[in-house]
Amino acid sequence: MNRRTFLKFAFAGVITMALTLVVGWWQVDGPGKSEQTGGRPVDLSEMEFRLTDHEGEDVGPKTLIGQPTMVFFGFTYCPDVCPTTLSDISGWLDDLGEEAEEMNVVFITVDPERDTVEAMAEYVGYFHPSIRGWTGPQEEIARAAQGFRARYKRVPTEGDDYTMDHTASVFLFNAAGLFTTIIDYHEPREFAVPKIRRALAEETEGVT
Amino acid sequence: MQKTIGSLIAAMIASAVATTAVAGSEDVVVESAWARASIGVSRPGAAYMKIRNTGEEVVKLTGLRTDLAMMPEIHRTSTNAEGVSSMAPAGEIEIAPGDAVALEPGGLHVMLMRLQRAMVEGGSFFLTLDFSDGGEVVVEIPVLGIAARGPEN
Ligand SMILES: [Cu+2]
Repeated sequence: MNRRTFLKFAFAGVITMALTLVVGWWQVDGPGKSEQTGGRPVDLSEMEFRLTDHEGEDVGPKTLIGQPTMVFFGFTYCPDVCPTTLSDISGWLDDLGEEAEEMNVVFITVDPERDTVEAMAEYVGYFHPSIRGWTGPQEEIARAAQGFRARYKRVPTEGDDYTMDHTASVFLFNAAGLFTTIIDYHEPREFAVPKIRRALAEETEGVT
Repeated sequence: MQKTIGSLIAAMIASAVATTAVAGSEDVVVESAWARASIGVSRPGAAYMKIRNTGEEVVKLTGLRTDLAMMPEIHRTSTNAEGVSSMAPAGEIEIAPGDAVALEPGGLHVMLMRLQRAMVEGGSFFLTLDFSDGGEVVVEIPVLGIAARGPEN
């Protein structure tokens, strides 16, 4: 191999490496980023499901359009994640005060077998008064979860008991029902509150 | 005979060494313990605390006991990249000398399964922590509101 051929090979090598890096970035972080396995929620207007809130009212995705919305999934037999999320949300709402007064805040159960309307009513009563609890038949819960790209799974535990694995993120929508962003589970208040403010602000900026 | 005494002494020394190697539950300090009130007895309860090892040896938490719940267990909550949370028994917990393990919302928690009575805000209960050296630490845990976020509220 003479020197020139060697340089050619070396150059080709460097180019290949650079290309690999660029392609890698494109796929992982860049515009070519593939939707996560769950994907992002669709807009509320594209969802279809019928549930009952903790006061016995018929509700669905259309109920939420017109006001900014915060939705999360959980179950009332959940000892750690759900009360933590509910109290985090209660804290954010306290921080926002009047700003968030008109906001829809909805807790959808992934365990309708145990979370009846009455169970939801009792449970949400311990948290911020804006929080609504929604339940309904398994198929409707499944359709709701599908719309939000939320996942859940029944996991048997000792003694005929069970618990639920579930998406613990909080989904934000603006007043037009368009998906805005996600607040991750247990995200610190200093990140969560500005995200909610943005969803609230889009309303006043007149989103159609 | 002499041989027997010799091996007996050796065994005694060995057991003494073994004891000191895992000893340390007397050096365990529990701080900031709190629990959430429950709604009735059908749902599991949760308690949190910081367990500090002020000794020179590793301590290993092997189990929990309380008359409040038939199945108290340490669980770990984990949330995966897709945002799905799940929890599972955490097994035995080792705490290095000078270290502390925090049981706090979203991570480790004392899961109180099969409650024998409701956990009422303002009340308290006793939890016994068993360690591998045979020692135990008893903690009185105050019950805060369902919406409490930490030991202060
Ligand atoms: Cu648990």
